[in-house]
Amino acid sequence: MGGNISAVIGVFSLVSVLAGALFAVGRLRGRRGIATPGQRATYEVLHTAGLAAEPLRAGLNPAGAAKAARHLRTLIGSEGLALADTDDLLALDGRGAHHREQLRAAARRVITSERSTVLGEAELTCNRIDCPVRGAVVAPLGGASGRIAGALVAVTGGAPAPGLVQATLETAHWAGSQVALAELDSSRERLARAEVRALRAQISPHFIYNALTAIGSFVRTDPERARELILEFAEFTRYSFRAHGEFTTLAEELRSIDRYLTIERARFGDRLQVRLQIAPEVLPVTLPFLCLQPLVENAVRHGLSRKPGTGMVSIEAQDAGAECHITVEDDGVGMDPATLTAGIAELAGSTGDPGDDPGQHVGLSNVDERLRSVFGDRFGLVVETGVGSGTKVSMRVPKFHPGVRAGS
Amino acid sequence: MGNDLVVPAIVAVTLITVAIGFYGLRLARTTSDFLVASRVVSPTWNAAAIGGEYLSAASFLGVAGLILKYGVDVLWYPVGFAAGYLALLLFVAAPLRRSGAFTLPDFCELRLGSRRLRTLATIFVIFIGWLYLVPQLQGAGLTLATLTGSPYPIGALVVGAVVTANVALGGMRAVTFVQAFQYWLKLTALALPAIFLALQWQADGRPAVTPPDGATFRTATTVVVEQRAVLTLGDGQTLEVRPGDELSFAEGEPVPEVSGVANGATDWLLPSDAGSDDRGLFATYSLILATFLGTMGLPHVLVRFYTNPDGAAARRTTLVVLALVGVFYLLPTIYGVLGRIYTPQLLVTGQTDAVVVLLPEAALGAGTTGRLLAALVAAGAFAAFLSTSSGLLTSVAGVISTDVLGRGSVRGFRLATVIAGVVPMVLALNVSGMDVSQVVGLAFAVAASSFCPLLVLGIWWRGLTDAGAAAGILVGGGAAVTSVLVTVLGPALTGWPASLIAQPAAWTVPLAFTVMVAVSLATRRRAPTDVGRTMLRLHAPDALRS
Repeated sequence: MGGNISAVIGVFSLVSVLAGALFAVGRLRGRRGIATPGQRATYEVLHTAGLAAEPLRAGLNPAGAAKAARHLRTLIGSEGLALADTDDLLALDGRGAHHREQLRAAARRVITSERSTVLGEAELTCNRIDCPVRGAVVAPLGGASGRIAGALVAVTGGAPAPGLVQATLETAHWAGSQVALAELDSSRERLARAEVRALRAQISPHFIYNALTAIGSFVRTDPERARELILEFAEFTRYSFRAHGEFTTLAEELRSIDRYLTIERARFGDRLQVRLQIAPEVLPVTLPFLCLQPLVENAVRHGLSRKPGTGMVSIEAQDAGAECHITVEDDGVGMDPATLTAGIAELAGSTGDPGDDPGQHVGLSNVDERLRSVFGDRFGLVVETGVGSGTKVSMRVPKFHPGVRAGS
Repeated sequence: MGNDLVVPAIVAVTLITVAIGFYGLRLARTTSDFLVASRVVSPTWNAAAIGGEYLSAASFLGVAGLILKYGVDVLWYPVGFAAGYLALLLFVAAPLRRSGAFTLPDFCELRLGSRRLRTLATIFVIFIGWLYLVPQLQGAGLTLATLTGSPYPIGALVVGAVVTANVALGGMRAVTFVQAFQYWLKLTALALPAIFLALQWQADGRPAVTPPDGATFRTATTVVVEQRAVLTLGDGQTLEVRPGDELSFAEGEPVPEVSGVANGATDWLLPSDAGSDDRGLFATYSLILATFLGTMGLPHVLVRFYTNPDGAAARRTTLVVLALVGVFYLLPTIYGVLGRIYTPQLLVTGQTDAVVVLLPEAALGAGTTGRLLAALVAAGAFAAFLSTSSGLLTSVAGVISTDVLGRGSVRGFRLATVIAGVVPMVLALNVSGMDVSQVVGLAFAVAASSFCPLLVLGIWWRGLTDAGAAAGILVGGGAAVTSVLVTVLGPALTGWPASLIAQPAAWTVPLAFTVMVAVSLATRRRAPTDVGRTMLRLHAPDALRS
C-alpha cells in the first residue's frame, strides 16, 4: 500500500504545483502591464475606487457601507473611516470606535448644515491616554437632485493636514455621486413598475366596455353562456389587475389570453378564427407580466375590427434551444411601416396625450421597451407589416436570464 | 450478415424520427382548443423523454458487450447508470427546477453571480458533451459496419452528418414526444427479442452459461480478428493474432482464451478477487462514484428538467425516470449472458459491443423470426444513438451559440451545431478500439468531479463562493479531464497508475469537494450577498412563492 499512497501524494502534489504555477503566471501577467509609478498609482486608485463603488451602487445600507468603508479608508489613507446616513452611523472601519457618539453627532451637524467640517482634539475628548484619534474630517455626501444623503467621516491620528482634508472632500464628492446613481437606478425601476401599472389601466376601458356589451346581449337569449362569460371576465380582470409580480410564466399568460379570446369570440362569433401552435416545452418560460396579451389584443383589433369577413389570429410559441420564439400574427388590414415607426417616435417624444389611436403604438412600444429593459437590447419586438397584408409581431425570450423569475 | 430487413428498419426509424421532429408538433398542436395547447408536459411523458434521451448506444450496445466480456464486475455499469437518478432525485432535481436555470452555466451565474465561473462551466459542458458524443458515433459506426459490412469510418461519419444536419435544420429541438417515443421503441426493441431469446434458450435445453470446461462454439464458425491479441487455445497452445487474421473453429471446439478477457467460468461469474489485488476493488468504487454522481452533471439531462412546471413535478419526473431506466437496464444483462452461449466468437474478434445486434440471428437462426428480430434490434440501436446524440448536440450547440459565439440567432445556432458536430466526428474516427461503455464512463467521471460538487454544494451549502467553485472545478474536473486525455491519447500504463487514470472518479471527486470547500472557506468574504434570497428561491416550496 506504501506505493499507492506515495503515488496518490505524487499526483496530488503535481496537481497543486501546476495550479500554483498557473496562479503565479497569472499574477505576473497582471502586473506587467503597469510600468511607471504614475500609472501604477492611477491603476491602484481607480481599482480601489471601483471596489468601493460596487457596494455603494446598492444604496446606503449597513452591509454595503461596511464593505465600502474599508476601500474608501484605503483610498484616503486615514486611521479610520465612517459612513453615516441621515439617521445613524452605518459603518466604521479602522480606529475610532469609542468616539462613535461624537462622530455621529458631528455627522448629524454636517448633514443638517450641508457643509463640511474639521474636528480637532478639543472636540474629540476622551479619557483614554493612548487614544489614537486626534482629529477628523466630516464631509457631506450629496445624493440625487442636490439632496444630502449622508456623511463621510475620516478619522486621523494627528491634526488633519490640508492634503487629507482635500482628499476627504473629493472622496466624499465621488462617493456621493455613486449614491446618487443608486437612487437613479431605483427610481428607474419604480418608473418601469409604474409603466406596467399604466398599461394595466390603459388596455382595459375599451375592452371592458365591449366585453360587457357582448355579455349583455346574451343575458336574455342564453343566460348560461352569459354566466360563464362573466366568470371568464372576472378571472381575466383578476389576472390583469393583480398587484404583485413583475414576471409571469408563458402558461399563465396564455391562460389569460384564452379568457380574453373567449370573450372576444362571444362578441365576434365565427368572424374570429384562432390558430394556436404552442410547444409544451416552453410553457414554463418566464416573461414580463402582460407582454403577450397586448399583442393579441392588437391582432384582434387589426385583424377584425376594420375589415369585413372573417379574420384569423394565430399565436405560435416554439422551442429554440436556449430561447423561446413567440409570434402573434393576424391577416387584417396591416399598416404602413412608416406610420408605425413615426407613431412610436412621436410617442417617445410626446409627454401628453398619445394621439388619435392610442392603443396600437402604446401597446407595442410598451412591450418592446419592457422586453429590452429586462432582457437587453437584443430582445426587442420585431414587427413585420404592410398595408393590406396583415401584421406579424415576433419576440424572442431567453429561457433563463439572471434576475428574472416568475412570481417575483 | 445478409439480413435484408436491417437497412429498411434503420431507414424507417430515422425517417420517423426526423418526420415527427419536423411535423409532429404541427400535427399535434394545431388546434383552436387552448386548454390542449397550454397543457404542460406531464411528469410521465417528460420522464419517458428523459429516458429516451439518456439511454444511449452505450446502454443499448455497450453494457451487454461489457457483460459478455468481463462478467459480473461490470454489472455496476447498468446499476450506476440507473442509480445516478437517485442522487439526482435526492439532491438536485427540485431545487434546480425552482432556481429557473436552464443549463449548468445558468445555475453558476444565478447562484454565484460570476461571469467567469459561467465561462468555466461552459467549457466543461462542451467537453463532457463531446466526450459523450464520441461513443455514440462510435456505436453507430460499429453497428453499421457489423450489419452492412461498410467500413467503420463511413458509418460514423454518415450518421454524424445526419444528426448534425437534422439538429441544425431544427428537426430535433427538444421535442418531448419524439424522445418519449424513442424510449418506448428502445424498450420494445430489446424486450421483445429478449423474450424470444429466453424461449430459444429453454428450447435448447438451457445450456450452461459458464460450462465447467470453458465456452464452446455451438456451430462451425469463422472469425476475422480485428484487434491484436494473444489467444490461448483449448489444448494449451498460445497464438498471437493480428488484425485481418482468419481463424476457423469446428462445432463444439472450445473458445480460445483471449488475453485481458474474463473467460473462465469463475472469472466471469464472480467479482474480481479483492484479496490479492486492491485495484479491481478501487476501479469498482471509482465506477460507482462516477455513475452515481455523474448523471446530475450531464448537460442534456438537466436541460429536460426545465420542461417541468415546478419543483414537485421535477421530483416526480425523476422518480418515474428511475423506474423506466431501471426496467430497461435489466435487458442488456440478458443479452450479455446469452451472448456467452450463442456468440462466443465475439470474444475472439474483440467486437463485443456488437453482441446485441448479432445475438437474435445467432440464436434463432436466419429464418423470418430471427431476421425480423434482428432488424428490430438494429432499429432500436439506431433510435438509441439518434436520440442521445441529437439531445447532446442540441445542448452543446445551445451553449456554444449563447456563451461562445454570443448571439442567439438561428444562424448562430446552426453554425454552433456544425462546430459541435464536427469535433466528435473527428474524435470518433480515432478511438474505434475502445469499449463504448468505458468512454461513456469517462464522461461520467468528468461530470462527477466537476458539476456534482458544484450542484450539491451550491444547493445545500450557503458558504460556497465563486472562487471556491472555480478552484474545485479546475482541480477536480481538471484532474479527471487529464486522466481522460491520458487514457485516450497517452501511452499504455500498468499497475496502480493505470487504475488511477482509467477510473479516476474515486480520487478526483473527493479532491473536487475538498478543494471547493477549502477555497470557499478561505475566501469567505466573496460569498454572494444575496445568498439568503437565492437559497429561499431554491428550497421554498413552489406553493409559497406566488
